[in-house]
Amino acid sequence: MNDARRLVSVLAALAVVLLALGVAALFVGSAGLSPAAVARALAGRAEASSVEAIVTLSLRLPRVAVAVLAGGALAVAGVGFQALTRNPLAEPSVLGVSSGAAFGVVLAQILGLQAGVVAALGVAVFAFAGALLAASVVYLVATAPGGLAVQTLLLAGVIVGIFFSAAITVIISLVDFNRLSGVIHWLLGNLAPIPAASLALFAALAAGGMWLILTRARELNLLALGEEAASQLGVDAERLKRQVFIAAALLTGTVVAFTGPIGFVGLIVPHVLRGLVGHDNRLLVPTSALAGGAFLLAADTLARNVVAPAELSVGVITAFCGAPFFVWVLRTRSRPA
Amino acid sequence: MSGLIEFRDVVFAYARPAERRARAFAFPGLSFAIERGEIFGVIGPNSAGKTSLLRLLTRVVRSQRGEIRLDGRPLEALPPWELARAIAVVPQDAPRPFPFTVAQLVLMGRYPHAPRRFFEDAADVAAARAAMLATETLALGALPLDQLSGGERQRALLARALAQEPRLLVLDEPTAHLDLRYQAETAALLRRLNRESGMTILLVSHDLNLAAELCDRLLLLRAGEIARAGAPIDVLEQGLLEDVFGCRVIVDKSASGRPVVQLAYDRG
Repeated sequence: MNDARRLVSVLAALAVVLLALGVAALFVGSAGLSPAAVARALAGRAEASSVEAIVTLSLRLPRVAVAVLAGGALAVAGVGFQALTRNPLAEPSVLGVSSGAAFGVVLAQILGLQAGVVAALGVAVFAFAGALLAASVVYLVATAPGGLAVQTLLLAGVIVGIFFSAAITVIISLVDFNRLSGVIHWLLGNLAPIPAASLALFAALAAGGMWLILTRARELNLLALGEEAASQLGVDAERLKRQVFIAAALLTGTVVAFTGPIGFVGLIVPHVLRGLVGHDNRLLVPTSALAGGAFLLAADTLARNVVAPAELSVGVITAFCGAPFFVWVLRTRSRPA
Repeated sequence: MSGLIEFRDVVFAYARPAERRARAFAFPGLSFAIERGEIFGVIGPNSAGKTSLLRLLTRVVRSQRGEIRLDGRPLEALPPWELARAIAVVPQDAPRPFPFTVAQLVLMGRYPHAPRRFFEDAADVAAARAAMLATETLALGALPLDQLSGGERQRALLARALAQEPRLLVLDEPTAHLDLRYQAETAALLRRLNRESGMTILLVSHDLNLAAELCDRLLLLRAGEIARAGAPIDVLEQGLLEDVFGCRVIVDKSASGRPVVQLAYDRG
């Protein structure tokens, strides 16, 4: 009850921040539109073929939506992986799951899945399969009698990530040398505006994954007691782990399919939020969904303005934030198993 | 007349014994009962089957043959949360690091009462509060478990089990990490719970003297079989203990008239 009230107030505050960032992101960009022109386009009083309408409604608005969805999905996936492994450093990119998903996407692309919402679904399925494969390998490698060892898990993630990155390079080199630069841009994590139908698909898949993890949040708390103690409290631990594992892989795969592998959002956002709302996954999951969206939106707005008229990949920004953050968390929070 | 818990000819062996212990361990056919309202102790040397018995009772592992009954109903027929409402386990310790506060830990004990509920309701909070009051952990509620002393930690874990409002409270080596004062306090608390609310308690312990002092009846295990069951005075008998544990002991009487077991150190 107390927790419910706390959750509502934090969510309200985050929603305000997210809204403010979203509005700000619509008004800045390399097109150099005046605030009045953007406002005109948003109010629907600009002509559909005008520069301000196209830039605001077809470029910036979908991009804002993609950033919010991707950031939220990655942060929630991070919370899921962290609760499953009882390791605050577990996260889609650190665990190599993003690389697995990226491998799936590249595979889908050479099979000819390119445009349209059906193709987008196909790419997402491949990315999901890649994410599941990578996560399963990491899990199997790191599982030893007596549970998951902290360092082994991280090393397994790094190795699996390297393997899939190499596999991607092999495929690209074999298939079409000329497309290499475009794919490299995508591989760095690139929030391009996507068509409305694909955006709806992205939203549906992300919402599904987030919902699954949200509804399991209370049981995920109990998992901190250890699997045996959780099952003695009536939790079906095997089923819980399987469900959250699949949901987190789905979230990762979906984001990678629609935006490319963007790292460290799932590490930074939940960790900062723990300082704010504590470790209760029931508070952490919904707040991560909003805060992750806000964080990636801020990073993307920075990415497309800091070297304007050129653009940085948003993955570069998150990696620059994430790598030192990882070291900091490793030094302060993580204990040897 | 049936007990609260009944083991009927329970046959069990680990599928891959090497993972669990060096020697293959099995219950060839275990039968005993725990009566309502009693404090029942399970004792025995390492790998006699104390932990396996506890895991069978909480369905962490399943028997190959035979039956375990709770209130006359087969354990297998109960959904997991119903089992967790009936049997609460106080573990030896919680994993470290454990990020939650004492109050959050105790509220976790309410999960089996409403597994579909997202946040605990007022009744859950009241039950958790009562459990913390009984274990004198109310003042520790806001502290992370990892900041507590060994004794406080043990009491917080006990509070979590009491919040389950179980019919059987199971304690796995309750005094393993406690110094003398907290051992005495834990023993007094368990006795009070048993007397005042009639709670049935199952104590699984290495500590023969704690078991002798607290328990109405004892079950002495040796390699998966019952060496003897009965009142402490009948079970803690010098010849039997020397045979089961493979060392020399001296059995005396405590101030309360219960047996006291001492190791007879070889000074050779």
